[in-house]
Amino acid sequence: MRLVETIGLYILFLKKVFARPQRGKIFFQEVVKEVDKLGLKSIGIVSIISFFMGAVITIQTAYNTENPFLPAYLVGLAARDSILLEFSSTIVALILAGKVGSNIASEIGTMRVTEQIDAIEIMGVNSANHLVLPKITAAVLFNPFLCILSMGVGILGGWLVGVSTGAVLSQDYIDGVQAFFIPFYITYGIIKTVVFAFLITTISAYYGYYVEGGSLEVGQSSTKAVVFSSVMILLFNLLLTQLLLS
Amino acid sequence: MIKVENISKAFVGRPVLKNITAEFEQGKTNLIIGQSGSGKTVLLKSIVGLHDIDEGNIYYDDTHFNEIGFDEKKKIRQKIGMLFQGGALFDSATVEENVMFPLNMFSDLSVEEKIERANFCLARVNIVNANKLFPSEISGGMKKRVAIARAIALNPTYLFCDEPNSGLDPKTSIVIDNLIKEITEEYNITTLVNTHDMNSVMGIGDKIIFIYEGEKWWEGTKEEILQSDNNELNEFVFASKLAQKIRYGK
Ligand SMILES: Nc1ncnc2c1ncn2[C@@H]1O[C@H](COP(=O)(O)OP(=O)(O)OP(=O)(O)O)[C@@H](O)[C@H]1O
Ligand SMILES: [Mg+2]
Repeated sequence: MRLVETIGLYILFLKKVFARPQRGKIFFQEVVKEVDKLGLKSIGIVSIISFFMGAVITIQTAYNTENPFLPAYLVGLAARDSILLEFSSTIVALILAGKVGSNIASEIGTMRVTEQIDAIEIMGVNSANHLVLPKITAAVLFNPFLCILSMGVGILGGWLVGVSTGAVLSQDYIDGVQAFFIPFYITYGIIKTVVFAFLITTISAYYGYYVEGGSLEVGQSSTKAVVFSSVMILLFNLLLTQLLLS
Repeated sequence: MIKVENISKAFVGRPVLKNITAEFEQGKTNLIIGQSGSGKTVLLKSIVGLHDIDEGNIYYDDTHFNEIGFDEKKKIRQKIGMLFQGGALFDSATVEENVMFPLNMFSDLSVEEKIERANFCLARVNIVNANKLFPSEISGGMKKRVAIARAIALNPTYLFCDEPNSGLDPKTSIVIDNLIKEITEEYNITTLVNTHDMNSVMGIGDKIIFIYEGEKWWEGTKEEILQSDNNELNEFVFASKLAQKIRYGK
């Protein structure tokens, strides 16, 4: 029952968010600010995590395929496909749910409990639209770049660490990365990233927007935002995989 | 002119406003007084539609405010300036940007004109040389004054002030009170002010409504308030030694 109510409220919230902005120019300025805050400021963490995950995937695959009957290029191929298919979309989205999701929920939640949202609303501005639409737009537009960056850095990390630890030969890895390449995997990763970006921003904004109380409740809602976005990412990952790959 | 008729509001079964009827006149400073927790803030927020009322009617001049849709409400709200009890400045924006926000949203002024207007409003509340500071970098009383500047930026038709001088020193309080009265008369605004400060009551109260435990208990002018024989009102008005002295001469 609670769940049905929450979903209903969430849909009503989205209806409020997706309206024409009061001023196009201000909307555009806000999108630029959000790209910086939610996107550019995530490049560091996405790169670091992608590098290490690429490295670990490569070493583990090499370790598990130490069989002379398996082709040498297998390590590169397996690392590439796991990065493209799962890692750069889903795992990166989970990381961003933690970083960006809690940021959005606490920012909007604080604005709610300190009456800043009421102040916007009272001026005759649609506060949900003004505050949330720029965030959704920024994330949906920019996260695909983070995804592609993560793919590149992950594959590079696998190569650098794989070769320097002797887990794989440089040429074998490079051959593997190029073997049986299916370009749709990249599209698939980007489609998932866009959906996940939408889920993270809207769910976190929803939890922030409807906070009641004080700083304690803002903290709780920010936790809920992260947990719920993560669960939804996993659920939609399953749905999209069924839909796009089978 | 703003009129409320028989409005009631309860929070989870606990009544906060009980059947309040009142008229707030244009060009006058209408004060809502009452002790802490009596329901002043809830009344103000109900009138502007931040709280949905359970019963009753609210009129802004000829518009039946609680019956109209979101888009029509937006039109009325563009004529409203509101000062929140906590200031409610945008933390992520500077003092100047806060005051410019409503101008950016609704005016067609050029950037220079907007800055000029913002500076004009800030000067009226005695804020100078603080344009580039953030709300976290200014004092509580300054926040309040910046919030007033933001509320009057668009020359509102209706002005709501929730405790405009709580947290201000007596001298600044008088400046703010006088400012509110001045612009109310100058631009013929319908102004509603919540306060529990008797200095404000005696200074600017054209029309006074006393709320007691969510009910309208008394209504009158500042001249009448000192002569009233209403017990609860007198308890509120003459709570201070100074006021007692004025009335009873002891
Ligand atoms: N959002 C809310 N949910 C539940 N109860 C509320 C809410 N807002 C206010 N109340 C209750 O309504 C009553 C009136 O509160 P209100 O804020 O209007 O008082 P006030 O007259 O403005 O007091 P003060 O002078 O201290 O600001 C209080 O008992 C308060 O607990
Ligand atoms: Mg109050």
